[in-house]
Amino acid sequence: MGILLDNRSRVVVQGITGREGSFHTLQMVEYGTQVVAGVTPGRGGEWLEGIPIFDTVAAAVEATGADTSAIFVPAPYAADAIMEAAAAGVQLIVCITEGIPALDMLKVVAFVRSRGARLIGPNCPGLITPGQAKVGIMPGHIHRPGPVGVVSRSGTLTYEVVYSLTQRGIGQSTAVGIGGDMIIGSSFVDILELFEQDPHTDMVVMIGEIGGNEEEIAAEYIAGRMSKPVVAFIAGLTAPEGKRMGHAGAIIAGRSGGAREKIARLKEAGVRVAEHPEQIADIVAGML
Amino acid sequence: MNLYEFQAKQIFAKHGIPIPKGELAQTPEEAEEIAARLGGRVVVKAQVLAGGRGKAGGIRLAETPAEARAAAEAILGMQIKGLTVRRVLVDQAADIAQELYLGIVLDRAGRRLVLMASAAGGVDIEEVAATTPEKIARVDIDPLLGLQPYQMRQVACDIELDRALLTQFTRIGLGLYEALMHSDATLAEINPLAVTAGGELLALDGKMVVDDNGLYRQPELARAREMLDESPAEREARQYGLSYVKLDGYIGCMVNGAGLAMATMDMTKLYGGAPANFLDIGGGARADRVAAALRIILADPNVRAVLINIFGGITRCDEVARGILEAFAQVPSKVPVVVRLIGTNEEEGRRLLAEANFITARTLSEAARLAVEAARAGTAAPAA
Repeated sequence: MGILLDNRSRVVVQGITGREGSFHTLQMVEYGTQVVAGVTPGRGGEWLEGIPIFDTVAAAVEATGADTSAIFVPAPYAADAIMEAAAAGVQLIVCITEGIPALDMLKVVAFVRSRGARLIGPNCPGLITPGQAKVGIMPGHIHRPGPVGVVSRSGTLTYEVVYSLTQRGIGQSTAVGIGGDMIIGSSFVDILELFEQDPHTDMVVMIGEIGGNEEEIAAEYIAGRMSKPVVAFIAGLTAPEGKRMGHAGAIIAGRSGGAREKIARLKEAGVRVAEHPEQIADIVAGML
Repeated sequence: MNLYEFQAKQIFAKHGIPIPKGELAQTPEEAEEIAARLGGRVVVKAQVLAGGRGKAGGIRLAETPAEARAAAEAILGMQIKGLTVRRVLVDQAADIAQELYLGIVLDRAGRRLVLMASAAGGVDIEEVAATTPEKIARVDIDPLLGLQPYQMRQVACDIELDRALLTQFTRIGLGLYEALMHSDATLAEINPLAVTAGGELLALDGKMVVDDNGLYRQPELARAREMLDESPAEREARQYGLSYVKLDGYIGCMVNGAGLAMATMDMTKLYGGAPANFLDIGGGARADRVAAALRIILADPNVRAVLINIFGGITRCDEVARGILEAFAQVPSKVPVVVRLIGTNEEEGRRLLAEANFITARTLSEAARLAVEAARAGTAAPAA
């Protein structure tokens, strides 16, 4: 039934009364997610479509037993929101917000780890276990349950890949967007480890891009520790050095972060690397 | 956002790091006056956001104010890696006994800052790291504690720094850390950190990379951005919240999402074309944003076809299509346009666009192929 999230997960939405927060809360509920609470400081006691709103995450957790948080709080307040969730004992924190300063995230990640919680994101689409629940902003209808785990640094590119998998009748166990920022809570390796242990995942699709060296580290992990097959795609072969390609994390700096290097490392690790996103589904279909 | 040398050094100075006396000049006359004021030997340095300034002839020593003027005359207007030099920094020249390297950089995978130092300074530190990594000392900075003085002393010992410089070196390292933290930077580097003949440490060059995500709370740096060599297209893109990078190709790309935008660019290359730009229009596809994106793409004279790739997801594709039509009504053009929409009501979206003479595609590969063909033919039906 996939990793991290299922229909028993009890979700609190931080920033539930905002435009994005309220819209996506209803989308999540419609998909079958148990959204048990919302948090907006100063709006405690109100309701959104039958969902109780609290002033603090601690109050929401105490009253509803929420174990998963979805954060839609604007960037200047989002780092604080993540720490609030971790302090309140939330186990899985999914931060959708884009634009949190990297230096704030260093402190936040250290704090979240000290609390034994797991952070997905920020600047990510969230995660979905098809047919069970989704926490995030991805379109639920393009997914279907199945044996392929998906992990990606991007949003719409993930939808593109999932869509082509689904069109070919290939379902997904869980699809996780880990986020496009420089400092993110969960790495490729963190998620690959979970897929490796998950009895419902038979193989994994990994979608990387230029910038950083998490793909190279993932290649090392796959070569040494992973038994399940991995198919990958790396975006940004045509990206020049020193220019940020939208995502804060997508920038080739000096010798590190180029697509060619990442592809070479993954191939050495025995990963099938697709030349373009649509080819992923072809490769997966041939391997299942 | 990369800062110029003079900007980085001004920030360093605010945090107690010694820098040479110097001023910025925009004309050879100003350079001469500054040199006269400083007295003695000066160094005239091109202020441009590119490495390899020295090799390109963008850094010159001058013994007299007249020589400084001549040096500035040679450097101003010079092209270094495609960038025009518009300012020079005139610094008092130092008597250099040794050149060190000192830098703090974000270690993304380690999720922490790392301080690095080397006695082999003044050269490309990545080169040192690649060839003689043992010459670099590094310490991890705890995100919750910050850089501590004992860590600087350890680094000083590791690079076998002269004991007489220990206190100064520690103070400079802590100052550099403070400068980085206060500026929301992801890199702060002094290269070279000179040991002068007089036994003083002096930051001769400075480099800082500021996190764009931190600019909302860095009003001074956000203003400094205005000084950057930003093209009009880049400026307009920024004002509309679009993420745009100009490239050398001829297929204009408009895509929602950064990863998908890169994949779309790569796809045009795979089909034998070349992307003219990276452009992420973000969520949805409101008419005003599409129109701004279109103006920016079409302002590039190299563009011979436009490829629009929108993964609608939750957004309805018929609404996206109407947005695109509205935008094209505002920005008429004869350049062929290929549109690919995926998501709710995509058939309706495609129908609306096909009626208006757009070339529509169902898949990313089909869209890339059609765009490359349209660019080559140059005769495809114009957009409405």
